[in-house]
Amino acid sequence: MRNPQLSSDGQLQHLLTLEGLPPEVIGRILDTAVPFVSIAERDVKKVPLLRGKTVFNLFFENSTRTRTTFEIAAKRLSADVINLNIGVSSTTKGETLLDTIDNLVAMNADMFIVRHGQSGAPHLIAQHLSAANRSHIHVVNAGDGRHGHPTQGLLDLFTIRHYKRDFRELTVAIVGDVLHSRVARSLIHGLTTLGTAEVRVIGPQTLLPTAVESMGVRVFYDMREGLAGCDVVVMLRLQNERMKGSLLPSAGEFFKHYGLTVDKLKLAKPDAIVMHPGPMNRGVEIDSAVADGSHSVILPQVTFGIAVRMAVMSILAGN
Amino acid sequence: MTDVALPDAEITLGRLADKMRGAVAFDAKLVGIHSGGAWLAERLAAMLDGEHPLGSIDVSFYRDDYAQKGLRAKLATTTLPFEVEGSHIILVDDVLYTGRSVRAAINEIFDYGRPQSIELAVLIDRGGRELPIEAKYVGARLAVARDVSIALQRRVDGSLELSLEPAGSAAGA
Amino acid sequence: MKIEIRDGRVIDPRHGVDRNATLYIAAGKVAALGGVPPGWHPNRVLDAAGLVVCPGLIDVSARLREPGFEYKATLDSEMAAAIAGGVTSLACPPDTDPPLDEPGLVQMLKHRARSLNGAHVYPIGALTVGLKGETITEMGELTEAGCIAFSHADAALADTQVLFRALQYAATFGYRVWLRAQDASLARGGVAHDGEVATRLGLPAIPAFAETIALDTIFELVRATGVRVHLARLSTHEGVARVRAAKKAGLRVTCDVAIHHVHLCDVDIGWFNAHCHLVPPLRSTRDRAALRAGLADGTIDLICSDHTPVDDDAKQLPFAEAEPGATGLELLLPLTLKWAREEALPLPAALARVTAEPARVLGLDSGHLGAGADADVCVFDPDAHWRVEPSALRSQGKNTPFLGFEMPGKVRYTLVGGHIVHES
Repeated sequence: MRNPQLSSDGQLQHLLTLEGLPPEVIGRILDTAVPFVSIAERDVKKVPLLRGKTVFNLFFENSTRTRTTFEIAAKRLSADVINLNIGVSSTTKGETLLDTIDNLVAMNADMFIVRHGQSGAPHLIAQHLSAANRSHIHVVNAGDGRHGHPTQGLLDLFTIRHYKRDFRELTVAIVGDVLHSRVARSLIHGLTTLGTAEVRVIGPQTLLPTAVESMGVRVFYDMREGLAGCDVVVMLRLQNERMKGSLLPSAGEFFKHYGLTVDKLKLAKPDAIVMHPGPMNRGVEIDSAVADGSHSVILPQVTFGIAVRMAVMSILAGN
Repeated sequence: MTDVALPDAEITLGRLADKMRGAVAFDAKLVGIHSGGAWLAERLAAMLDGEHPLGSIDVSFYRDDYAQKGLRAKLATTTLPFEVEGSHIILVDDVLYTGRSVRAAINEIFDYGRPQSIELAVLIDRGGRELPIEAKYVGARLAVARDVSIALQRRVDGSLELSLEPAGSAAGA
Repeated sequence: MKIEIRDGRVIDPRHGVDRNATLYIAAGKVAALGGVPPGWHPNRVLDAAGLVVCPGLIDVSARLREPGFEYKATLDSEMAAAIAGGVTSLACPPDTDPPLDEPGLVQMLKHRARSLNGAHVYPIGALTVGLKGETITEMGELTEAGCIAFSHADAALADTQVLFRALQYAATFGYRVWLRAQDASLARGGVAHDGEVATRLGLPAIPAFAETIALDTIFELVRATGVRVHLARLSTHEGVARVRAAKKAGLRVTCDVAIHHVHLCDVDIGWFNAHCHLVPPLRSTRDRAALRAGLADGTIDLICSDHTPVDDDAKQLPFAEAEPGATGLELLLPLTLKWAREEALPLPAALARVTAEPARVLGLDSGHLGAGADADVCVFDPDAHWRVEPSALRSQGKNTPFLGFEMPGKVRYTLVGGHIVHES
């Protein structure tokens, strides 16, 4: 079964998932992002790489943050960007997902940035384009259901690499609702691919997926135990709908056991960094003192996010 | 492959420095096009009189062959640690051929600000221009076949040498 | 119509027949095997040299999509698919639209099927009205109209008390009940087996114990009511173990597995292949191995296709949104042969699972070639291979995980009631 992300000569055709991407490909994306970080510090933040290309931001799930970062990234590459918010589901409009794609292809799309509530939607689109002989159109997964958020995973890797250098010496903890998190899944794939010494997931049983160890992680139910000696702590967002009901009794109880406080952070290494994909729920998964404190690299993550997305788009568009 | 007698890089560099000495602005910035031009700019900064701030430029994001060849695998970061606005800039490159790299470098510099002037210094001018670009300071002129590429290498001890390679091996433009 | 099927390898699992012989058919029945009947002048002679001659396959679960889902498939196309696959009898689940909860619907279906001169169709009636899980159906009326059993198809029957009463009622009159063992609340929202694959792919999942918990409930109700239950579409290793233990303890239950689960597991979903979105979900390799072992030792009585034609639009969606199901009538025989070869199982034992055993479970005197039996016969070439392509399938459902695969076993002739209804 050929990896649908790679073309027949091994070039990155789409970015659908970090799973199965060779470490050299990941490394190249991270290396390419470095100069793009500097570009952001110039007055003219544009480079002409994607001039004349049309990038469609296809968001089937609302997300102003992610959509905006992709838009900024594409515009800094001089691309033309069209934003399409299709709301809950294209089928409520009577048009199928693939019909929407076909219509946009007819409008000379060069790249689709896709966010969808269902796992596998970007894969379906990539396959459809391939079957229709439109393999020159690239698909970037901006988050599909619980499955993956590869650009977030890449920017998380970039951030860790920026502050910590060698993955092979690091212990990284991912805390919170791993079960529903595409961010966690992508990051785990990225970290294990790059040879991270130990990847931990910390959360209650209700929020950890079945057989998650098979992804190459160590499971901790106790946050204090799990944080001991960590170099990197990644806090996941707890969505509102999870905060009460059969998965968790309340946000308060979650914060008590799994919230990151200054106190708990002391268990990690003294130079540990704290990350969060955003947006944060202060007082639920993370204390404000930590979010705004010296260990936090949450704001740089955002800057790196634009550079990483520029790197992804420029590598894809050049292939 | 070597019917052509390649000049010695160090000697040619000396000649280039001689031509530039006294001619360049006292506060000119030396901006080398990565990677050969950057090595040369570093050496020139030491060989010329006066203080010449150094910068290096990677033109990968401004090349005109992106659509055909995609993004190069190894990228360096453009570093211009001075105010481009109003500066006298000497762009330094190892081999001047079609002129496309220089065009890209000029476009890139202008995205940092509006320089007062840009002059071009190259170690080797091999002719074959495809754009209206000329160097003010040239170390040596050379004619080689189209299927051959001239590359500048830096030895372990820091000294420079020129070599010929089959074209398409990522070298000069 | 006198038909002579000459020199084939005749396999009749029920009677333990496996030898080269000639089969003689007259007046819609098997006249003789081996010895020429007196005064024999055949209207047609079929040369079966090198071919297998066996009872027509009996598929206990094939959705014909009428009434209500004619845009997915019709009786015409699906009946053609059945005989192309060597299937001469089939039972269809009640989840049509409307569900088969009224005698009139059942009669219409039977009538329509009969007029197509294809396989025998045995409708399975709805256990509750509208398959809503609230009120039991008029099982007496439905049986008179032609239902051979009652089931809830894949619809949830969450109220255990309703299930209990339905089973009591069925037991009173000796009606058979077919049940899917799946706890409705544990399976809610799930589309894949709860394991490594679903975790990696981020798919909402159904734990294996959704099946085992339901099985335990069903077994208790069987003990309490004495109803004859058939467990449809087993999928877990623990489930197989439960059934094995229950049978050993003397509980009168039978069960089946869908042919897809004999071959595939959750890993085959690959990159979200919606053709692998099935109900029950494809489970782990361990579960698949247990299903095979269950077939080998008789814990699992029979194999069916669970034929479910799905239109392309409904499959070309993200995995969880795609409609579950796979087309199967034309793949039941080849996939059974494939399984037999992989397990080095003798052909008669393998064929029993799609002929004699389904007949026994359905309570039919068919699926065999004894003298006087209905001449429902399948003649196939076990060594011919064919490629699964949409154009090669008669079914309107082209939805199969086996697209592009090479299959062993090509049906050459299918006879129903002594008439040749398919030849190729």
